[in-house]
Amino acid sequence: METVIQVKNISKRYKITHWQGGYLTLRDVISNTFKHPLRFFKNKMSNIISGESREDFWALRGLSFSVQKGEVIGIIGANGAGKSTLLKILTKITPPSEGEIVLRGKVSSLLEVGTGFHPELTGRENIFFYGAILGMKKKEIVDKFDRIVEFAGMQKFLDTPVKKYSSGMYVRLAFSVAAHMEPDILLIDEVLAVGDAEFQKKCLEKMKSVARDDNRTILFISHNMNAVRGLCNRCVLLEKGEIKMVGDTEAVISAYLKHREGEFGKAVFEYPTDQSKPINIKKIKILGADGTVTAHLEAGMPFSIELGYSVNQAVAASRIFISCVNEEGVELFVSCDTDKQPELFTNREPGNYRATFQFPATNEISLAAGDYFLRVRVTSDPQADHLIPLTIENLAKRFVELPGVMALASKWHLEKIE
Amino acid sequence: METTTTIIKPQKKFSFLDLKEIWDHKGLLYFFTWRDLKIRYKQTLVGIGWALFQPFVTMIVFSIFFGNFAKIPSDGIPYPIFVYSGLLFWQFFSASLAQASSSLVSNQNIITRVYFPRLILPFYSTLTNLIDFGVASLMLVVLMFYYGFAPEWLLILLIPVLILITFMFAVGLGLFLASLNVKYRDIKFILPFFIQMLLFVTPVIYPPSILGKYSWLLAFNPMTGVIKTARTILLGGQTINWLQLEISSLAAVIIFVVGVVYFKKTEKYFADLI
Repeated sequence: METVIQVKNISKRYKITHWQGGYLTLRDVISNTFKHPLRFFKNKMSNIISGESREDFWALRGLSFSVQKGEVIGIIGANGAGKSTLLKILTKITPPSEGEIVLRGKVSSLLEVGTGFHPELTGRENIFFYGAILGMKKKEIVDKFDRIVEFAGMQKFLDTPVKKYSSGMYVRLAFSVAAHMEPDILLIDEVLAVGDAEFQKKCLEKMKSVARDDNRTILFISHNMNAVRGLCNRCVLLEKGEIKMVGDTEAVISAYLKHREGEFGKAVFEYPTDQSKPINIKKIKILGADGTVTAHLEAGMPFSIELGYSVNQAVAASRIFISCVNEEGVELFVSCDTDKQPELFTNREPGNYRATFQFPATNEISLAAGDYFLRVRVTSDPQADHLIPLTIENLAKRFVELPGVMALASKWHLEKIE
Repeated sequence: METTTTIIKPQKKFSFLDLKEIWDHKGLLYFFTWRDLKIRYKQTLVGIGWALFQPFVTMIVFSIFFGNFAKIPSDGIPYPIFVYSGLLFWQFFSASLAQASSSLVSNQNIITRVYFPRLILPFYSTLTNLIDFGVASLMLVVLMFYYGFAPEWLLILLIPVLILITFMFAVGLGLFLASLNVKYRDIKFILPFFIQMLLFVTPVIYPPSILGKYSWLLAFNPMTGVIKTARTILLGGQTINWLQLEISSLAAVIIFVVGVVYFKKTEKYFADLI
């Protein structure tokens, strides 16, 4: 076996000062220097003496692992665990602060599909530009052009500006270009969060065949345990910038979900306000049938999820998703706020909102008793991916406890016919 | 096929090998330029005609006010063609500088998501302006016919050198301002003002001779040498001031090198700061 990715003791440090205030202005720097000249020099001196600034934040610390040729490795972990930072280092977008990575072969990445698409350009023009950004030569793109278009299923819209595309079409075209890159190592970050189910399946199949038939290596970052399970043979679990576990996919996924279980019982989740995000989810609440806040729900009774979010700027196209995953990582349902209100997709006025999703359980059909995770996502912001644990109990014994993800209280119709 | 090995390490020291990286990515440079040209004139009626319209209207306004009313001397050359020859290079320079300076910030979503040599960004902004320059030159040819000027045919070979000096000056300064702009968005406010000021210390609307014995000071502005030499080549009248042209070239080269070195030094943190 040949090692194609060798990560040796990688760390990444950010200076928090750059994070908090967004960008600096020259005025702040100058006025701070003049207002507090002594403090300025003292800080400078202490920085020089100690060799580092006190306000450090380690996004990654001492990561080491290696990936063999032909392997599909998953990187999982909660938000802020350092998954995206790792990918940014692997793709050379940002340098590590310490350590070394050796990559053998042509590397290509698929980070947030559609980056580099220009809304004014047509599908055809964007294929060329996006291909070039990803590192393809013009001749390569010309050769693969027909296959790219066919895979995306976009023959009809090739000469339409992509600003008229739906978000699903966008993703399909972008994924298709990247999938035809034929790199030795493909790095993928949460691209399957958007696009319709059928195309997601097609993408997964394509990635599988790329790894299996062409013996290429894939590093896959995702929150979607189903996709990770279907694709990866091995996983790395990150937690707070460090490697928590490396091993067989099933083992790592169950360790991850177990860890998340620590949060079971919590029913109100709050998230930091971030004005720079077009849509910023601030609060998620689980409400029982009677409207009380609780994470312990009764089978057969409806429950609701209340989202508090702000729209900070107009977004061209966005959906808010709620999906439900069971302990095995199987997705049970997906619901979007745009399902019944399609106008939300293109038009959201800035302001604060409260949205309520209702799960319509009845006495006869319900999710089976057990532990579940709800995922709340926003299409315009791949970073916004919140995993909320909830428990469904069968205290009132409305249902007989049987295996299966659904619980039914169905009285069989019986007739004696002879 | 030979496999390439990439090694990713923390501190990368500056080396001129990085310029080779641009050469390896010349295809991408082409695509950026191509995309910029496509987008620039989408949904416009006049299209590339705007490249002609702007200097032409500026020429008319300047000729009326500076040439006609203010009676600014023009070394015996009809004022319209005098000012147009200056404006041609000036607009190439100022538009390139403005776009190069904002090239990183305006492409921030690409910078934070894909790796490629960042130097490409300020470069392509200049290349697209070179096309506009080419289109606007057609008007100069028309004016030369109209006023009956014939260029010094042998010296016309110097024109590419003048374009190169303008290019190096604009890109060099642009690289420096672009990397500053990543960290300090003040640049966005300073720049239009700065470019306006520069117009007055460049002999576009007046000949350097009006400064009398201080006219040598203008030589440190690379655009002085460029515009003055261009006028001599195209409109005749004087001999080329080689010393001035050499000072201008040297200043442009120094600014270019400083710009590239500073840009490469700060480049690695663009994605974190932008």
